[in-house]
Amino acid sequence: MSRFIFLTFNGLSFGAVYAAVALALVLIWRTTRVLNFAQGAMATATAYVAISVTQATDSYWLGFVAALAAGLALGAVVRLTAFGTAEHAPALNTIVIGVGMLILIEAVVGMIYGAANRDFPASFSTRTHAIGKTALFSNQNIFTVGSVLALMIALAAVLTWTPSGLRMRAAAFAPEIARLLGVRVGRMLTLGWALSGLVGALAGMLVIPIGLGLYPQAMDGVFVLGFVGAVVGGLDSPVGAVVGGVTTGLALSYASGYLGSDLTQLAALVLLVVVLLVRPSGLFSGTPVRRV
Amino acid sequence: MGRVVAALRASTLARHLLLFVVGIVFVILLTDSLSDFHDYQLATLGAYLCAVAGLTVLTGTNGQVSLGHAALMAVGGYTVALLQTRFYDDGVSGVWVLPLSLLAGTAVTAVAGAIVGVAAARLRGPYLAGATLALGVALPDITSHYSNTFKGDQGLFVPFDGPPGELGTFSLEHWQSWISLFAALVVLFFLANLHRSAIGRNMRAVRDDEIAASLCGVSVARVRIGAFAVSAAAAGLGGGVLAVVLQTASPGSFDLVLSLTLLTAAVIGGLGSLTGAVWGSIVVIYLGTFIRDRVDNLKLSSASAAKLHDNLPNAVYGLLLVVVMLTLPGGIQGLIRRLTALRPHRSTTPTGGST
Repeated sequence: MSRFIFLTFNGLSFGAVYAAVALALVLIWRTTRVLNFAQGAMATATAYVAISVTQATDSYWLGFVAALAAGLALGAVVRLTAFGTAEHAPALNTIVIGVGMLILIEAVVGMIYGAANRDFPASFSTRTHAIGKTALFSNQNIFTVGSVLALMIALAAVLTWTPSGLRMRAAAFAPEIARLLGVRVGRMLTLGWALSGLVGALAGMLVIPIGLGLYPQAMDGVFVLGFVGAVVGGLDSPVGAVVGGVTTGLALSYASGYLGSDLTQLAALVLLVVVLLVRPSGLFSGTPVRRV
Repeated sequence: MGRVVAALRASTLARHLLLFVVGIVFVILLTDSLSDFHDYQLATLGAYLCAVAGLTVLTGTNGQVSLGHAALMAVGGYTVALLQTRFYDDGVSGVWVLPLSLLAGTAVTAVAGAIVGVAAARLRGPYLAGATLALGVALPDITSHYSNTFKGDQGLFVPFDGPPGELGTFSLEHWQSWISLFAALVVLFFLANLHRSAIGRNMRAVRDDEIAASLCGVSVARVRIGAFAVSAAAAGLGGGVLAVVLQTASPGSFDLVLSLTLLTAAVIGGLGSLTGAVWGSIVVIYLGTFIRDRVDNLKLSSASAAKLHDNLPNAVYGLLLVVVMLTLPGGIQGLIRRLTALRPHRSTTPTGGST
């Protein structure tokens, strides 16, 4: 039982990270029908920015904020340079462009920082609290869940209550009508990519310290798990992405805890295939519509 | 003479057979004049070419994206490694041993590909790309979980007989380049015939418009699963050959980077074109070497030289992928076709249809 409790908290913490990656993917998917395969590489790049800023200023939190800012900027840059012109191209083209950006970003990071695995400091202590003999969670776990939750509430608030949020939703929901009503649709889409970059950067800052270490391909595996989370929840629904991400985190935590710790990615593959075959539009989507 | 030309024009099979024989003669002459190092590079090229040709048929001709083809290569590579070890331990030898292992690797991978294809047939575009990516990333988990059979990260050794004595002084690299390029020619020959057959036509029909294809009586699911099996068979042979060239089968040699490199080669060469697969494979093998040589000549400090040496080729490939996709979706072969334009334009690249 104590193991189950520990695995649950562990799963919630990782689930929060996957939820953030999933949300980053969904933010872009629902506006432009692009699945950004460079999302993980972008998050890794921002973590390197954090390390540089922390070394220069001696302040961890300045580095943390710099990573989030870099995520915003990188998201916008990636759309403006690579994806912007291909948004109406067939899915194959945007997939290939995403893969190209993935290779390019990881190579550029490798050229600057090298391929060595670096220690990456956690925001808070990773020592696990325990009651009696039952291990529970660490301060880092609390921060992980708390910060992802806070960011999501902030995002939801921005999208729901601010004029910019309204314009963004309009641009996503009906781009042509929005354009007729004076919304700068292109600019709104770029803003969406920037926000997605920010969410991805947060995920990277949270997950790289716990067990991954920082190297240019660090987020490849996490990206896949975030994608699984997004598919479990349904690529069209931000709420679904969050629930799907947490579900994935819990499922994989139990799988690796009870079946073997080297089976995480394999369990993710099984989960992905089952969900895709049983309910391809995700567990939390509305009526499935096949786009022709 | 005129009758021969007319016969070649009439029969696709005869034309491809002639190209196949010309290819074999070319390979024998080429590998003979090269150094061991260049022969080894050609051997790697042949292994890549098998898989890239398979991928270009799957992605270009049939419109199914795979970001996990290295996992299928691994199936072939590990099958060959296990069989060769078994033969070697039992003291079985002969010229037929390695071809048999490679054939078995191809068959096993084709079955694996058909299984993946059954799931893939229901997935579209980004979903399929993500699922195959997950497959590629999950591969090291399998090898480390069943480390008794697959020896974890370390991988398996691949023993095989060197060049037969009748050939005289014949280096191992030279022999490997023969094996590998012969396999690549076989793959190209089969896929070229497939491309021009009714099956190839059905694949293109399914790529361009599934609904129209099924209204015409084409079984969409069957075509898609078949395409995956064929593509996997080519990848499996490529993986088996790569295991023979590297003399080892390990997760590190079939990683995500390889999957993405295969896609890079297929796209740069021109998706859906087998000639393009040749161009693309040449680019990813030789452009990388070219760039690394230039970096080594720059006389940088050793740390930054190592970083550039390892990463600059990938940066160029990534950039090429994006630029090619944005400006020249037909790749090198598309460019050649446009420049020469001797034949009326026959589009085999998926630029218009929905995928």
